[in-house]
Amino acid sequence: MNTGPAMTSSPPLMELYRHMLLLRRVEEALASAYKRQEMRTPTHFGIGQEAVAVGVCAGLGDGDVVYSHHRAHNHYLARGGGIRALAAELLGRETGCSGGRGGSVHLTAKEIGFVASSAILGQTIPVAVGSALAFKMDGLPNVAVSFFGEAACEEGVIYESFNFASIRKLPVLFACENNLYSTESPLSVRQAPNTDLCARARSFGIDALRVDGNDVAAVNAAAREAIARARAGDGPTFLECMTYRWLEHVGPYFDHELGRDYRSEAELREWMARCPIDRCRRILLDDGVCDEATLQEIDDQLKAHINRDIEAAQNDPWPDSSSLMHHVD
Amino acid sequence: MTRTLTYAEAISEGTVLAMERDPSIFMAGIGTTYSSAVFGTSQEALDRFGTDRVFDVPAMENALTGIGIGAAAMGKHPLLVHLRNDFMFLALDQMVNLASKWRYMFGDRAGSMPLTVRAIVGRGWGQGATHSQSLHATLAHFPGLTVLLPAQPKDAKGMLLGALRAKKPCVIIEHRTLYPQSGTVPEGDAPTPIEGAEVLRAGSDITIIGASQSVIEGIRAAACLADANVQAEVIDIRVARPLDRETILTSIRKTGRALVLDTSWAHCGLSAEVAAIIAEAGLATDDMAVRRITPADCPAPVSKPLEDAFYPTVETIARTAAEMVGADPDQITIDETRDDFNGPY
Repeated sequence: MNTGPAMTSSPPLMELYRHMLLLRRVEEALASAYKRQEMRTPTHFGIGQEAVAVGVCAGLGDGDVVYSHHRAHNHYLARGGGIRALAAELLGRETGCSGGRGGSVHLTAKEIGFVASSAILGQTIPVAVGSALAFKMDGLPNVAVSFFGEAACEEGVIYESFNFASIRKLPVLFACENNLYSTESPLSVRQAPNTDLCARARSFGIDALRVDGNDVAAVNAAAREAIARARAGDGPTFLECMTYRWLEHVGPYFDHELGRDYRSEAELREWMARCPIDRCRRILLDDGVCDEATLQEIDDQLKAHINRDIEAAQNDPWPDSSSLMHHVD
Repeated sequence: MTRTLTYAEAISEGTVLAMERDPSIFMAGIGTTYSSAVFGTSQEALDRFGTDRVFDVPAMENALTGIGIGAAAMGKHPLLVHLRNDFMFLALDQMVNLASKWRYMFGDRAGSMPLTVRAIVGRGWGQGATHSQSLHATLAHFPGLTVLLPAQPKDAKGMLLGALRAKKPCVIIEHRTLYPQSGTVPEGDAPTPIEGAEVLRAGSDITIIGASQSVIEGIRAAACLADANVQAEVIDIRVARPLDRETILTSIRKTGRALVLDTSWAHCGLSAEVAAIIAEAGLATDDMAVRRITPADCPAPVSKPLEDAFYPTVETIARTAAEMVGADPDQITIDETRDDFNGPY
């Protein structure tokens, strides 16, 4: 869904569902493989947050660009990044999307508009603004999207970025994934009581909207509106998407499996009950868009495809050690 | 054809020529549109290309650098300007964690990173602790950055043209005291290599090695030494990364003596790197083989007598060189150019 002109009308829910399921099944397969210690790179899995990536990216077209952060797989896959290249990157193979030099947090698929992700909080926010500046200078109708977590709103650089994007009315969408925790730090140690991140963005003259980040149609509708405004020259939008990370901050386990108590298992279960994919699935079934058998078939096909790609990546070549010094400058 | 230009005029000319040749270049930074025009260096570009391509920005060194990176990723070649090098500390995350690693970390699959940064170093007239530092050693520590230290007007223009042609992040450290200095500069869009040192003066007794403002002092010290029959070779390092080891080592093999100067501190600095490569090459053969002269190991003070004590002088350089070659330091006559700068910056 990343290729072709931008969708101005809402995409079929079935398509959004299928793409979210792809993200989920890839992450599950990678998390499972990760436990075998073959993927030797710190990996931040995005299970539970699929609706934000898919909802936003489904509103993009050719020429639009996406930047991401340390929990980057969802955005990379939602923009159309290859599964084998992602798995190979985690495995440190030459065929990895970054040639095995970047790891899970440094992904790229520039040719399809996923420019870069990076591990430093807030780092790619001004970079997205800079791409938007280039679009505006060249009179292009393209939009830059910056995905970041709510903890990036604690970094100074985001306010420098808000300020400049607003002054210049740049075509950028600030897509904030508010999953309530930064590593293990809750909001209470990071935000004053009654903090409203949207109000912060608005104070810079930026349109801001809070949406249910586990409702893919809602995210998509808000994103499409923001993208249309950006293309029309009406400037940036801040979208705060409320969601929840199911797994530990970094690694393939649930926190409760490892005895961590910074958040409760009951809280996790509440959010799992609000699974963005299950919600979508129920709507598809209730509305009679498809039946259980069709959904099962989709799932089976995805799993087979994903397993094939991960297996292929496992057999991909390592970089030659003689290439250590390639591409330094 | 060459003619005489000041360092500032050379930068201005190089900027205009590069922007004429390459429409993807834009210049952004505080002061670029002021009447002072970054000490005169951005005025002609502003007149020629207007505020679409030469523009003032908010105080946001960190985001500005990220914005430059994001524009470069889309095919622009940003030329960012920091009126004072010290403010670039605020940009280190973007410079070091992203720009320098862009090609490597993304396996050369996210394209090149054509980003040029000009940063100006202050000195004297009470600039003080946070308006007089040079970040060349800090930046040159990191693989992926090219760190340029033009001392001469021809390099101020040529290296800028070279950096604006290069598809990689380059930082040009410009020393404020060099701006009024004149020198011959080739006409036209003629870049000079953005690697390699230059032997500015041939000599056989000792090699004085410096960069930026320090090599200018080295040249003046060499002239004083010549009056006392000490022939100093002077090497302009020109580029802190990549460092031209061979030019330095070739000279030391000849002279057997290295006096290394720097505008920044000795500790973990460029002078330490130069001394290390000399030692590693087995050329530090006796206890007079290598000496370093750098600012005192404290922050730059404001008060005049303290500031005078902080910075090395041509006299210190010349006398140290004389001692190293066994000449009588008292034979050295110093022609200190008078400090005619009247501030403020």
